[in-house]
Amino acid sequence: MSARKLLIAAAAIVGVAFAAPYALAQKKYDPGASDKEIKVGNIMPYSGPASAYAAIGKAEAAYFRKINDEGGVNGRKINFISVDDGYSPPKAVEMARKLVEQDEVLLVFNPLGTPSNSAIHKYMNAKKVPQLFVATGASKWNDPKGFPWTMGWQPNYQTEAVIYAKHILQTKPNAKIAVLFQNDDYGKDYLKGFKDGLGDKVKMIVAEVSYETSDPTVDSQIVQLQGSGADVFFNITTPKFAAQAVRKAYDIGWKPVQYLNNVSASIGSVLVPAGLEKSMGLITTQYLKDPLDNAWKNDAAMNDWKAFMAKYYPDGDLKDGSNVYGYTAAQGLVQVLKQCGDLLTRENVMKQAASLKDFSPSLALPGVKVNTSPTDFAPFQQMQMARFDGKEWVRYGDVMTR
Amino acid sequence: METFLHQVIAGLSTGGIYASVALALVMIYQATHHVNFAQGEIAMFATYIAWTLIQTGMPYWAAFFLTVFIAFVLGVLIERIIVRPVEQAPVLSVVVVFIGLLVIFNSMAGWIYTYTIKTFPSPFPTEAPFGTKLVSSHELGAIGVTLVVLFLLYAFFRFTPLGLAMRAAAQNPESSRLVGIRVGWMLALGWGLASAIGAIAGMMVAPVVFLDPNMMSGILLYAFAAALVGGIDNPGGAVLGGFIVGVLENVLGAYVIGNELKLSVALVLIIGVLVVKPSGLFGKVHVTRV
Amino acid sequence: MNLIETLGGKQQVAILATVLAIACALPFVVSNYTTFQFTLVLVYSIALLGLNILTGYNGQISLGHGAFYAIGAYAAAILMDKYDVPYWATVPVAGFVCLIVGFLFGLPALRLEGLYLALATFALGVSMPQLLKYKHLEAWTGGVQGITIIKPDPPFGLPLTPDQWLFYFTLAVTLVMFLLGWNLLRGRVGRALVAIRDHPIAAEAMGVNTAMYKSLAFGVSAMYTGVAGALGAIAVQFVAPDSFNIFVSITFLVGVVIGGLASIPGAIFGAIFIQFVPNVADQISKAAPWAIYGVFLIGFMYAMPTGVSGALRMARAKLKRKASTVPQRSG
Repeated sequence: MSARKLLIAAAAIVGVAFAAPYALAQKKYDPGASDKEIKVGNIMPYSGPASAYAAIGKAEAAYFRKINDEGGVNGRKINFISVDDGYSPPKAVEMARKLVEQDEVLLVFNPLGTPSNSAIHKYMNAKKVPQLFVATGASKWNDPKGFPWTMGWQPNYQTEAVIYAKHILQTKPNAKIAVLFQNDDYGKDYLKGFKDGLGDKVKMIVAEVSYETSDPTVDSQIVQLQGSGADVFFNITTPKFAAQAVRKAYDIGWKPVQYLNNVSASIGSVLVPAGLEKSMGLITTQYLKDPLDNAWKNDAAMNDWKAFMAKYYPDGDLKDGSNVYGYTAAQGLVQVLKQCGDLLTRENVMKQAASLKDFSPSLALPGVKVNTSPTDFAPFQQMQMARFDGKEWVRYGDVMTR
Repeated sequence: METFLHQVIAGLSTGGIYASVALALVMIYQATHHVNFAQGEIAMFATYIAWTLIQTGMPYWAAFFLTVFIAFVLGVLIERIIVRPVEQAPVLSVVVVFIGLLVIFNSMAGWIYTYTIKTFPSPFPTEAPFGTKLVSSHELGAIGVTLVVLFLLYAFFRFTPLGLAMRAAAQNPESSRLVGIRVGWMLALGWGLASAIGAIAGMMVAPVVFLDPNMMSGILLYAFAAALVGGIDNPGGAVLGGFIVGVLENVLGAYVIGNELKLSVALVLIIGVLVVKPSGLFGKVHVTRV
Repeated sequence: MNLIETLGGKQQVAILATVLAIACALPFVVSNYTTFQFTLVLVYSIALLGLNILTGYNGQISLGHGAFYAIGAYAAAILMDKYDVPYWATVPVAGFVCLIVGFLFGLPALRLEGLYLALATFALGVSMPQLLKYKHLEAWTGGVQGITIIKPDPPFGLPLTPDQWLFYFTLAVTLVMFLLGWNLLRGRVGRALVAIRDHPIAAEAMGVNTAMYKSLAFGVSAMYTGVAGALGAIAVQFVAPDSFNIFVSITFLVGVVIGGLASIPGAIFGAIFIQFVPNVADQISKAAPWAIYGVFLIGFMYAMPTGVSGALRMARAKLKRKASTVPQRSG
């Protein structure tokens, strides 16, 4: 090689060596991120039939206010833009487009509702914007190959139902099972998981009855189920109907072994109205701490949460599990953003979300951790069974993983 | 067989709920010839007021009657302040105003009280009556209260001069004015009474279904159907209609079509009744002379 | 009568032309997202015109037009998803299906008046989601999961984004439907409908076949809403039972009243209201957005009891009166 070419090569190498550290230390921003702030979008049903869940959005907004007061994430404030879709899929599509195309958010965080998320699923992936930690337990959000920009959050409904099914097969193999389910995506997802979990013992289900959210009561359904002669009852209902179901079953003298879905396992929102004596013996699974559970009376994390609610969200109901859920999800997002550092691109957000290792949100049950990987887009997969003893949920057994 | 009986009785209990709300709808129709779609939400809001009063320690019956009074005043105010300006407007514009009231009350209740369900106490004893588990004392008591209100209403419209004046004002405002009836105040009174009845209905319903802002939305449809099936201008018919709808819904859901379609089938049957008897089962047939 | 006179005079033609020009230019001036929103405005205006034909011109109240919107949307979705029918062909099919269904519904509804008809249509609107979720129809409707549709691409490789193309497609259909409606309503049929609304007995006595016209009104009205449903499904790319609850029907009624009963341009005003005012209310208050929406509704009814087009009509009449009272100075 000629001396000239050698010199040029050497200069190139030296040049790259000087430039490389600059390239690595550079910040990278996708729309929605800057030196000062990170824009986070969110879609919640502030109006319409599911407005009870809007508390989650309010709790999250409060949490981000707290984080901003403490200096933000890596020096950047979180600009939380939460919009209402009224639990209507077309409105959700419109709001998702507004957040992505008009507000130019970095990601959409914790959008709520299976129908709303189904409606925006393809759009978010086509636009390559993270649909992160969706607030529904449907099983279809764990599909990194098909939908790399969508990730679930809570333990999915089917997993939970399988746990109940297996428990019944173990403890009461000759049981006759009655099921009450809400006639929508959420109810049917639980039902499917339950049936899958029973496998070829599906015939154990002797009665399978649905209700609509527009029904005033489920009393008639409970009477039907009692009439079937079942001695095990899988109760797939949202809080208001869960309380009605638990109470009615007790009042008409039907005492099956009752499994209550995690969505309605809140002591304050469901069991107190139903009647604590009437709720004795209920079985559920948990992954978060219940605010009314005596076990956490002196728990530091719970006290932190109560102080947070008092300061940042005083209107919030301390008995409402939604406020624990929102707080935990927000913690998850802050962890992901922290891990992103200065590389605030959408791709990196998904990458970091898929690299959570043994992350333990403060209000998760002891032993329950968040783990994700490029092939595992289900952050929470662990639950523990619990039985209600008239005062609190008593956890038993091991923390179970799928 | 026992389950069937149980379903019928459960149907009568829910029917009692529909009947009480249907009464409020009939009341307002008889007084104003408008169906107030916001009736359910006003009743729900009144029940929340009662709940707040009870939370402050007031004994149940004191809170009950105070709430009925507050609901009455609220109804009168709504008529005078909100409905009065659009009285002369086309019917559908008034309907839109009612829809506006509906969403306002619903949204305000959700904002002030949040969406967590609340228990509402019942004035009736908790032990089951006659030792049976088929129906609770409260459900029987609620039906009883509805019947008492129905009787009072019937007596009011039939036997008192004020009731007569109200009916006249609704049916023929011009002629009523000519004989000296203060039509405006009759309308306001009608609204007040309807709100009061609605409040009673709400307080009877809440112990069964739990108090939350969306408590009344499911009930309103059935109450509306019940009022029409019985005849919109017949309070007794409305109550009977309520029971019919309640039993029909339960029996259809349990034995005929399954819960997934019971709403549609119940409504189809009701419409069938209306097609055969357009004024409802007990309504007055209006003959128009050409 | 020459065309300009038929259209209502030079002023009307000028207004129409301006509006059309703005509409055509819109997708190039605003973002894709806003174009999408205006596509929805067009979709709702077709639905509202349909409801107006029935309720405004013919006096038959309907609280269940959301059901026809749903049928149209699902027709389009099923055809596109299961049978690979091209999107533009699903629109007339949806309209035709709804025409039949609407007419069939109108027949027994003939016996019902006012409140009773309101209940019957309310029942239709309320039970639609349940029907769509019915398990024996799940193979077709996709049950609670719904059906996802792919957005159509502009044909012939035109240099438009899919959103822009969809806007123009919807605009073209809107124009056709409005032209059809305008022609229908200013002719014999329109006069018959209005006569039935205002003086049913006199109309009958004059030989108008009330029964046929009323059922026809239902059918045509349903057809319009079905067409709107199909277009809406294509724009949103997703149908699910929860998209078509009773609130859709109530919103349509609100839109028709706010826009103005018995008025063709009223459909457009109403559509703008129901598309944008909820967003405005959401901006104003996150705590109780629908309370703000309710206040808007009541406020509009106070200010314009006959709707926006009614208010415009009165304003124009006032201006005309003012102009004619200016004393003419004769030279």
